[in-house]
Amino acid sequence: MISGVVLDLSNILGVLIALRPEIIITLAALAVTVLAAWRHKTVDDRQTAAWVTIIALAVAQGSVGFLWYQGYHPFGVSPMVTVDYFRLASATIILLGALLTVLLSLSYVERERLWAPEYYALLLLAVAGMLFMAAGSDLVTIFLGLELMSVSVYVLAGINRRSQHSAEAALKYFLLGAFASAFLLYGIALTYGATGTTNLLLINFQVQSLALQSNVMLLLGLGLLLVGFGFKVAAVPFHMWAPDVYDGAPTPVTAFMAAGVKAAGFAALARVLLTAFISVAPVWQEALWWLAAVTMIAGNLVALAQRNIKRMLAYSSIAHAGYLLAALAPGTVVGAAALLFYGLAYTLMTLGAFTVLAGAGRDGERTLKVDDLAGLAERRPWVAAALTVFLLSLLGFPGTAGFMGKWYILQAIVDARQITLAVVLVAASVISAGYYLPIIMAMYMKPAPSADSHAGVQVVGAARWVLGVTAILLVLFGVWPNAAMNLAQRGGSDLRPIRAPSAQEEHQH
Amino acid sequence: MANTVDLVWLVVALPLAGFLANGWISFFRPQAKRAVSVIGVGVLVLAFVVAVAVVRAAAGVEPAWFFVVKLWTWMPAGNLVIDVAAQVDRLSSVMLLVVTGVGMLIHVFSVGYMREDPGYARYFAYLNLFVFFMLVLVVGASFPVMFVGWEGVGLCSYLLIGFWFTEKANADAGKKAFIMNRIGDFGFLVAMFMIFDATGSLSFREVFESAPVHFAVGGTTITLITLALFLGCAGKSAQIPLYTWLPDAMAGPTPVSALIHAATMVTAGVYLVARSNILFAMAPLSSAVVAGVGALTALFAATIALKQWDIKKVLAYSTVSQLGYMFLGVGVGAYTSGLFHVVTHAFFKALLFLGSGSVIYALHHAYHHTHAHEDAQDMRNMGGLAKYMPWTAGLMWVATLAIAGVPGFSGFFSKDEILARTFARGAEAPYFYVLWGMGVVAALLTAFYMTRLMLYTFHGPNRTGERERAHLHEAPWVMTGPLVVLGAGSLFAGVLNLPEVLPFSGRLEHWLEPVTEAGAVYLPEAHLAHGTEWALLGLATLIAAAGMAGAWRILKPGSLVPARVAPAEAGWRLLLSRKYYVDEIYGALIVRPLVWVSDRVLWKVVDALVIDGAAVNGSARTTQLVGWIGSRLQTGRVGAYVLLFVVGVLWLLRAVAGQGS
Repeated sequence: MISGVVLDLSNILGVLIALRPEIIITLAALAVTVLAAWRHKTVDDRQTAAWVTIIALAVAQGSVGFLWYQGYHPFGVSPMVTVDYFRLASATIILLGALLTVLLSLSYVERERLWAPEYYALLLLAVAGMLFMAAGSDLVTIFLGLELMSVSVYVLAGINRRSQHSAEAALKYFLLGAFASAFLLYGIALTYGATGTTNLLLINFQVQSLALQSNVMLLLGLGLLLVGFGFKVAAVPFHMWAPDVYDGAPTPVTAFMAAGVKAAGFAALARVLLTAFISVAPVWQEALWWLAAVTMIAGNLVALAQRNIKRMLAYSSIAHAGYLLAALAPGTVVGAAALLFYGLAYTLMTLGAFTVLAGAGRDGERTLKVDDLAGLAERRPWVAAALTVFLLSLLGFPGTAGFMGKWYILQAIVDARQITLAVVLVAASVISAGYYLPIIMAMYMKPAPSADSHAGVQVVGAARWVLGVTAILLVLFGVWPNAAMNLAQRGGSDLRPIRAPSAQEEHQH
Repeated sequence: MANTVDLVWLVVALPLAGFLANGWISFFRPQAKRAVSVIGVGVLVLAFVVAVAVVRAAAGVEPAWFFVVKLWTWMPAGNLVIDVAAQVDRLSSVMLLVVTGVGMLIHVFSVGYMREDPGYARYFAYLNLFVFFMLVLVVGASFPVMFVGWEGVGLCSYLLIGFWFTEKANADAGKKAFIMNRIGDFGFLVAMFMIFDATGSLSFREVFESAPVHFAVGGTTITLITLALFLGCAGKSAQIPLYTWLPDAMAGPTPVSALIHAATMVTAGVYLVARSNILFAMAPLSSAVVAGVGALTALFAATIALKQWDIKKVLAYSTVSQLGYMFLGVGVGAYTSGLFHVVTHAFFKALLFLGSGSVIYALHHAYHHTHAHEDAQDMRNMGGLAKYMPWTAGLMWVATLAIAGVPGFSGFFSKDEILARTFARGAEAPYFYVLWGMGVVAALLTAFYMTRLMLYTFHGPNRTGERERAHLHEAPWVMTGPLVVLGAGSLFAGVLNLPEVLPFSGRLEHWLEPVTEAGAVYLPEAHLAHGTEWALLGLATLIAAAGMAGAWRILKPGSLVPARVAPAEAGWRLLLSRKYYVDEIYGALIVRPLVWVSDRVLWKVVDALVIDGAAVNGSARTTQLVGWIGSRLQTGRVGAYVLLFVVGVLWLLRAVAGQGS
C-alpha cells in the first residue's frame, strides 16, 4: 500500500534525510544570528537578514516538497521523528505562514523602528520548533519543539521595547506559557508512568495490549496534555492570554502567532490524539466536543463586543481555534484532512487580514477602530477589496476558501454523527458575521471622514504581494479547492496508528 | 439543441462581468456614466436574450425536459461530491425569465432614477452583482450551489440598503436585515446537513429522487428538515417572526426595493419550497406550519399597511403580506399557484415600487428646487399628483387593480387560485377553512389600503406646497418606459394560468407538472366542483370591490393636512402606525439581552477584568519588572487568568478521568 522510499529512522543517515527541513531552518537561524551580530546598523543589513530568512524558508519548503514527492515513509516504529504526508502538509502550512510573516515584516520593521537585529533569527528558531512539533513521533520531541517555539515567540512578542503593551504582552505570555508547559510536561510524565513509553505509536500499543483504556493515570495524563495544547492553540477557557498578547505584540508577530503557533499546536495535538490515544478516543472526543463548542461560542460572542479591529481579530482567532477543535472532535482521518485544509485557509486569511491592519494602523495598531476604515474602498480600492476577501473568508462566505474549510469540517462532524456540534458551529459562524460584515459595510458604504483620510494607509513592497497572493489563493481555493483538498486528504489519511495485535492473535503465535 | 442549453452559464456570467467592469470603473473612472449605463443595462439585456434562447431550446426537446449543465467539480471531499452545475428545468426557467426580464426593466429605470447620484457606477456594480447571485440561486443544481446565491443576495441586499449611508436609520436597517437573514441562513445550513446526513447527497436530482426511500411520510427527520428549511425561507422572504427587516430595508434606493425587496430576492424562499416540493409534501405538519405562518403574515402585515404614511412603507408591508399569500399557496400544496403569484407579483409590485419611485423623484426634485426639507415619501405631502404625472398614475392604477384582485388583472387569478386551493383542502381539516378566512380578510384589507395609497397620492387636492407645485412633472421616458412594460405584464400575466372553469386554463400548471408531480403523490386530491369555483371567483370579485369602494367612501383625501402639521395618532391607529411595537418588543426581549451578555458578561466581567484593567492601569506602570509582576498578581489580573485556567483544568480532568475506573 505504501509506495515510495522506506526510510530507516533508527539509522543516522535516515534521520538526516528526514530532518532536512529542520536542519536547513536551524542552520539559517544560526547564520542570521551571526549575521545580525556583525551587521545590523543599516536598512540594508536588516534587509539582508530578511532575505536570508526568506531564502531559507523557501529552500526548506523545497526540501519538504522533495520528501513529499519521494514518498518517504518510515520503517517500523519511528523513534523520535517521523516522515509522513501529515507532517509534510503541516510543515507546508507553517513555512507558508512564516514566509508571509517575513514579507509583511520587511516594511513594518522599518516603519515601526523594530531594529532588534535578532528579529529574523528568533522567527527562524520558532519555525524550527514548529517543524519539530509537526514531525515529532515522541512526546519528548514534541515538547522540545514546543518549548523552542514558545521561548522564541515570548521574545518576539516583546520585541518592541519602546511599547509598554508589547512588554506586558510578552511577560504575560511568558508567565502563563510557563504555567501551561508545566501542565503539558506533567501530562507527559503521567502518560509515561502509565505506559512506560513516550513514543506515540508505542503508547497506543501499550494501551491496547495492557488494556489501559480506563487507567486513571493515563486519562489524567491525557487531560493534562489537552490543557497544555489547549493553551497553545488558545482554546476557551485557556485562552485568556490570547487577546492581550495578540493585542500588544507587533502586528506581524501577532499574525505569526495566530497562524503559525496555532497550526503547529494543532498538528501536534492531532498526531498525539489520533495515534497515541486513539484507543481512548471516546474520552477525549467528549472533552474536545465541549472545548470546541465553548471556544466557538465564547470567541465569537466576545468578538461582537469589540470595536478595536486588532482585538476583534484576536477573538476571531480564538473562535477559529474552536472550528479547528471541532474538526478534531470526530477523531477521524476526514477530520484530520479538514483540519489541514482549514489550517491552510486560516493561515492565508488571517495573515492577509493582519497585513491590511499593519498597513492601515500605526504604533502597534491598537487604536484602529472599525469606523476608521470608513470609505477605504474609495481611496484604496485594492486594499479594501483584499480585506473584503479575507473577512468573507473568515466568515465562511461561499466562494471563498474559508467556506470550503468550514464545509469540510462540518462534513467530518456530520459523518461522525455529531449533529449538535455541527449546529453549534453553524450558529457560531452565523454570529461571527455580526463583526466581520460591519467592516465591509464601513469600507464600502460609509464616506471617508475627510479628503486626506487613509492617506497614511501604506501597503508597500512585499506586503502588496502578500495581499495579492493570499486574496487570489483564497478565492481560488474557494471556487476550485481540488488540488489543495487532495493534498489535505493525503495528509489526513496518513494519521493511522499501527494496530496492536489483539489478544487473540497473540495467543495464536 | 442541448448545446444552446449549455449556454446557461453565460446568463449567469454576464452580470458578473458587468459587476467587474462597473466595479473597476467606479474606482478609476467614476465619471464615465455613459459607459456604466451601457455595461450595466447591456449585460442584463444580453442575459435576458440568452435566457430566452436557453429556455426555448430546452422546451423544444422533450415534454419533461430537465438539464443539468455541469461546469466543474467543486467539492470532491470524502463521500460527497458536489459539482458547480446549473439546472435548467421548468421551474428554474420560469424564475430565470422573471429575474432577467424584470431585472432588465429595473436596470433601465435606474438609469434615470440614479442619474445624479455620485455613486452611480458603484450602484450599478452592486446591482449587477445582485443579479449574478440571484441567478446562481435560481439555476443552482444542488443545495450548496443554491446557498452560494442565497448568501450572495443577502450580502448585496445588506450593502444596498446602506447605499445612502448618510442616514443612521439606514445603517440600523442594514443591521436588522442582516441579523434576520442570518437566522434564516442558520436554518438553511442546518437543513442542508440534515439532508446530507439522511440521504448522503445534496444535489437536487439525487435528493428528490431518493427522498421516498430515505424518509417516512410525516416522519420526524423529514419534518425537522423541512422546518429548518422553512426557517431559512422565513428569514429570506420576511415571514413572521422574521419579517421586520423588510420594511426597514426600503431605506435603500427605490429601484433596489423594487428589484431585491419585492420582485426577486424575497421570493427565493417560495422558490425553495417549490423546488423542494417533495420534501414538504412528505411532511404534512411542516406544510401546515408553512401555510399557517403564510396566512398569518398575510393578514398581520395587511393590517399594518392600513395606517402607514410613508408610501414605501405601505408597499413594503404589502410585499410582506403578498409573500404570506405565496407561502399559503405552497403550504397547502398548491406549488404552481404559489409560483404563479411570484410571477404576477413580480410585475405589479415592481411596477408599484418603480411608480412610487417616480413620485418620490418628482417630489424630491420639487423640494430640491425650493430648498425645502419636507419628507418626499410621506403621502400627506402628496395628493392630486394624477394631474402632474398622468402616466405614472395610470400605470399605478393598473398595478393597484391587479394587487387588489379585480377580475381580468393578473393578481386576481393568482390570488384566487391560492385561496381556492386552500378552500379545497378544507374538506380535509377545518384548519384550512380558517386559513382561507384569514386570506379572504387580508384580500379585503389589501384592496382597502391600496386604494387608500392611490387616493392620497394621486387624487384630492395637492398638499405638496404652493411654490413646489410648479416643479412637479412626469419622470423622463427612461423611467416611464419600463413602467409601461410592467403595466402590460400586470394586466396580462393572468393568462399564464387561468382557472379551470375558463378556456385555456392551467398553462403554468401543465408547464410545471414535471416538477410538482413528485410531491403531488403525497398530497390529497383536492378538486372543487365547478359551482364552488364560480362562487369563489364571485366572492373574490365582491371582496375586491368592497375593499376599494369602502376606501373610496370612508377616506377623505380632502381633509388631510401636510405631514409637518399633521396631528399625532392615537388609540388603535397609533398601535397600527407603530406596527404593533414589534420592533420595540424584539429590541427589549432579544437584542438588548444579547448585547448585554456579549458586552457586560462575557467581555467586561470575564475578559476585561483582566484586559481592560491592564490597559487603564498601564498608564501608571511601574518600570521595575518585578514590581510589575507583583502588582499584576496583586490586583488579580494574572491571578484571574490562572483562576479561570485552573477551573478549566479541573473541569477537563473531571470529564476525562471520570471515565476511568
